[in-house]
Amino acid sequence: MSTNVSPVLTEEVSANPVKRLNRGRLTFRRFLRNKTAVVGAAGILFLVLLAVVGPYMLYWRFDDIDPNAFLSPPDSAHLLGTTQAGRDVLALTARGLGKSLLIGFLVAILSTSISAMVGASAAYLGGWYERSMLWIIDLLLVVPSFFLIAIVSRSAPDGDTSWLLLVVLLAAFAWPLSARVVRSLTLSIREREYVLAAKFMGLGAFRIILRHILPNASSLLIIDATLGVGYAILSETGLSYFGFGVHAPDTSLGTLIGEGARMATTYPWVFLGPATVLVFLVLCVNAVGDGLRDALDPNSASGGQA
Amino acid sequence: MTIENQVKQRRTQAGQTVLSVSDLHVTFPSEGGLVRAVRGLSFDLAAGETLGIVGESGSGKSVTSLAVMGLHPSTTRISGSIKLHGQELLGQTDSEMSQIRGRDLAMVFQDPLSALTPVYTIGDQIVEAIQAHYDIGKAKAWNRAVELLDLVGIPDPKTRVRSFPFEFSGGMRQRVMIAMAIANDPDVIIADEPTTALDVTIQAQVLEVLKTAQRETGAAVIMITHDLGVVANMSDRVIVMYAGRPVEAGSVDDIFYRPRMPYTIGLLGTVPRLDEANRGALPVLEGNPPTVVDLPAGCPFVPRCPIATEECSSVEPVLTDAGDPNHWVACHHLDEIKAKGLDHSVLFPAPELAERELAEIPRGERPVVLELRDLKRHFPLMKGAIYRRQIGTVYAVDGIDLDLRESETLGLVGESGCGKSTTLLEILNLGRPTTGTITVLGKDTSRLGRAERKKLRRDLQVVFQDPMASLDPRMPVFDIIAEPMSVHGYSKSEIEIRVRELLELVGLEPGHAERYPQHFSGGQRQRIGIARALSLEPKVMVLDEPVSALDVSIQAGVINLLEDLQGKLGLAYLFVAHDLAVIRHIADRVAVMYLGKIVEIGDVDEVYNDPKHPYTQALLSAIPIPDPKTERTRQRIVLSGDLPGPADPPSGCKFRTRCFRYATLGEGDRARCRDEVPQLTVHGADHRAACHFAD
Repeated sequence: MSTNVSPVLTEEVSANPVKRLNRGRLTFRRFLRNKTAVVGAAGILFLVLLAVVGPYMLYWRFDDIDPNAFLSPPDSAHLLGTTQAGRDVLALTARGLGKSLLIGFLVAILSTSISAMVGASAAYLGGWYERSMLWIIDLLLVVPSFFLIAIVSRSAPDGDTSWLLLVVLLAAFAWPLSARVVRSLTLSIREREYVLAAKFMGLGAFRIILRHILPNASSLLIIDATLGVGYAILSETGLSYFGFGVHAPDTSLGTLIGEGARMATTYPWVFLGPATVLVFLVLCVNAVGDGLRDALDPNSASGGQA
Repeated sequence: MTIENQVKQRRTQAGQTVLSVSDLHVTFPSEGGLVRAVRGLSFDLAAGETLGIVGESGSGKSVTSLAVMGLHPSTTRISGSIKLHGQELLGQTDSEMSQIRGRDLAMVFQDPLSALTPVYTIGDQIVEAIQAHYDIGKAKAWNRAVELLDLVGIPDPKTRVRSFPFEFSGGMRQRVMIAMAIANDPDVIIADEPTTALDVTIQAQVLEVLKTAQRETGAAVIMITHDLGVVANMSDRVIVMYAGRPVEAGSVDDIFYRPRMPYTIGLLGTVPRLDEANRGALPVLEGNPPTVVDLPAGCPFVPRCPIATEECSSVEPVLTDAGDPNHWVACHHLDEIKAKGLDHSVLFPAPELAERELAEIPRGERPVVLELRDLKRHFPLMKGAIYRRQIGTVYAVDGIDLDLRESETLGLVGESGCGKSTTLLEILNLGRPTTGTITVLGKDTSRLGRAERKKLRRDLQVVFQDPMASLDPRMPVFDIIAEPMSVHGYSKSEIEIRVRELLELVGLEPGHAERYPQHFSGGQRQRIGIARALSLEPKVMVLDEPVSALDVSIQAGVINLLEDLQGKLGLAYLFVAHDLAVIRHIADRVAVMYLGKIVEIGDVDEVYNDPKHPYTQALLSAIPIPDPKTERTRQRIVLSGDLPGPADPPSGCKFRTRCFRYATLGEGDRARCRDEVPQLTVHGADHRAACHFAD
């Protein structure tokens, strides 16, 4: 009987630890409970490692040309085969992955942040600020973004950092639609009593948006960001396909897929390597997004315990 | 053909059983396991009788009504038997039930705003209800619709029948719902919390209509409610439900005067009474109603029961008769309770509350903490999208004077739309009103700078009505309570200590700090809200209906807590409520609002014992008292009509359009009501009313 009692007691004690868990650690603990999300996070970590460390570990560099192997299928020398120009697909994929990861995450974070701040502040502050923000949003929505990006990125100076301009441009055209959604969501959150309560305890508008409105719109923002990663990578693919995105000899997953797609049926390895990596990346990002949403949302099924 | 000659085959004589429910069990699946919502409910309903089913949220009363109507979701498992005129209803197909629903069984829902289709006229919807069951022409059905609207007291039914639902107020829509329910002369009307969403004066009207409807149709009524006053007013018999099980059943007098189950005893004891002055703390039923998932063996009331024994936690008691063949009680200790005559003062003794020391000082000598002088808040009524122009003004608050002194409670009462909430927001915003002044702790709010306003917020805090909505669901309790302190620059270690203190002060465990609000019950959440408001050590607390969203048995605990805190901390409360019984219990002074104006203000006992303004009189008389004998002998003043819109208030005295006294006046006196705005005049030591003919 005593053995039955003591674990209960220790549990009671550990339920009141000296160090209280704050919001971030609670979220982290809840995130760890979701196995799919943890696997997703490990997957992303693996891909990042591949992109960062890969080029130094691999025998071939991405701009090396092997004159003995043009379009050769996977073998011991080239694990994923070579391209028409005799470049190693594995090395290219690692390099392209790095670029695509940077573009994808930067664009997603940038555009979701802009849409969250603009949408929430427009709805919360109202008045002329809201109206002018809505004009800007509507204006950006009707502009044909693809052509604008193509033209601007074309006329920009060439260089190692030219892809950064691409990030800015992609983000600049990605935020308006979700900003409108965030705004309409904020309009309803703004009326909740806890927002009023925060206002009456003396919190400023910016902190109310940051602490109360955005966390309660987080499901939407996370979905928006995870979809944004895929969107950015695919937009870049499209632009690169037409030669507007990442310029050779630099490469990205999109460029590679665009190149490989033309001969996907006859020489599939050029296409399969980068395509598999892209699918895997998007899956992992979605799994992490799902887990993050559940961890942040105390109503979700995984939130049975704190 | 009319309805009369398509008479139903099965007419029932008065007194005969119409509906018979026996051993009803309702179970439905959920994430957490099987929800056993109803466990073994039996009753017989005689024609013309009214059966009240009382219980707190989650006790299974609404599920019962849905099961009888056959409106439960398809995943629900139901066993037992429900017989209407001897015909078994369980196991009928949906199309067979459709024949019975609306013809023999009718239902009035809680929320009249969503129970009518917005795109059809009222008439179309009633006609549809009639034609669904009887083959009569459109014109005849239309005439019947007009008759029905007349019966439920809709003025000018011939034109109103062509109105759309949005043109009707909540009370009027509920009348329409009742008209639809009785359209086919049903045998049983199920009313599920029919007046919960309505104001008290409208509630009184609707209950009268329901009684009329019952008298006209001879139908039996099942009245499902949590309001013990409504039960005392309406019911012949009562079933008390707890955790899905009937725990006591009997005539209304048995239940109210001879309760035998500890839960019933506690429930009746914890309700503040409109007709009794404050006699100290309310008795408290500790704990919360159980969830009906994974119920332990034994009586579900054990954790809250003061006389529970071993037997109670192992064997669930069955209903046994309490000496009277019509009075059934489910309790193992029935004999003991009966023999000793245990009542709530023995079973649920009221807790000791801190005394208010400041209350010893006469009111006039205590400092004023909040003062409103001729406060007005008008909103422009705009029209047009591009060229916006003002087409009118909403007189939300139209000149009120109040003062609140240290360590006192001022109750602010009135129906929805009278300007209570606008007044509160105006105070809490600490801004500049349309006209008039707001003075908080000696500071005029219209002259405050940004920093001063933030500083003043420390002394003025608020507790909201809905504890679900007022706590950010994404924040653990610790962060919620700590937030105001971090805004006002407390250090981390200070906050850590203070949150623990506050949790203890409001009766929660410090270990609760890292849970999220949704892991708490309504009463506990309201305590968290109170802890948050107290964290900055305010001097004035604004309480916006702090107990109206809570279950009856939870209310008392929160009210006691508020009184206790006032004693300990010397707080001043501005307490807004529509429940006049709660105000009578907790407030020292009361102000009655009507259409943006205060019509009566004064000491709470003086106002309640001798109301001068006709509106106050009507309001007090509209509230049902949980005492069947008083209810039977009470003469009720039922106000006609609804609250006029605040955009177009009547001239002179704003109340005259609904005033029963105005109706009895001569022409000369009426002109005075029409032309002259009545001012507050003195009627006692601390008692003022705004009526030309108050004496």
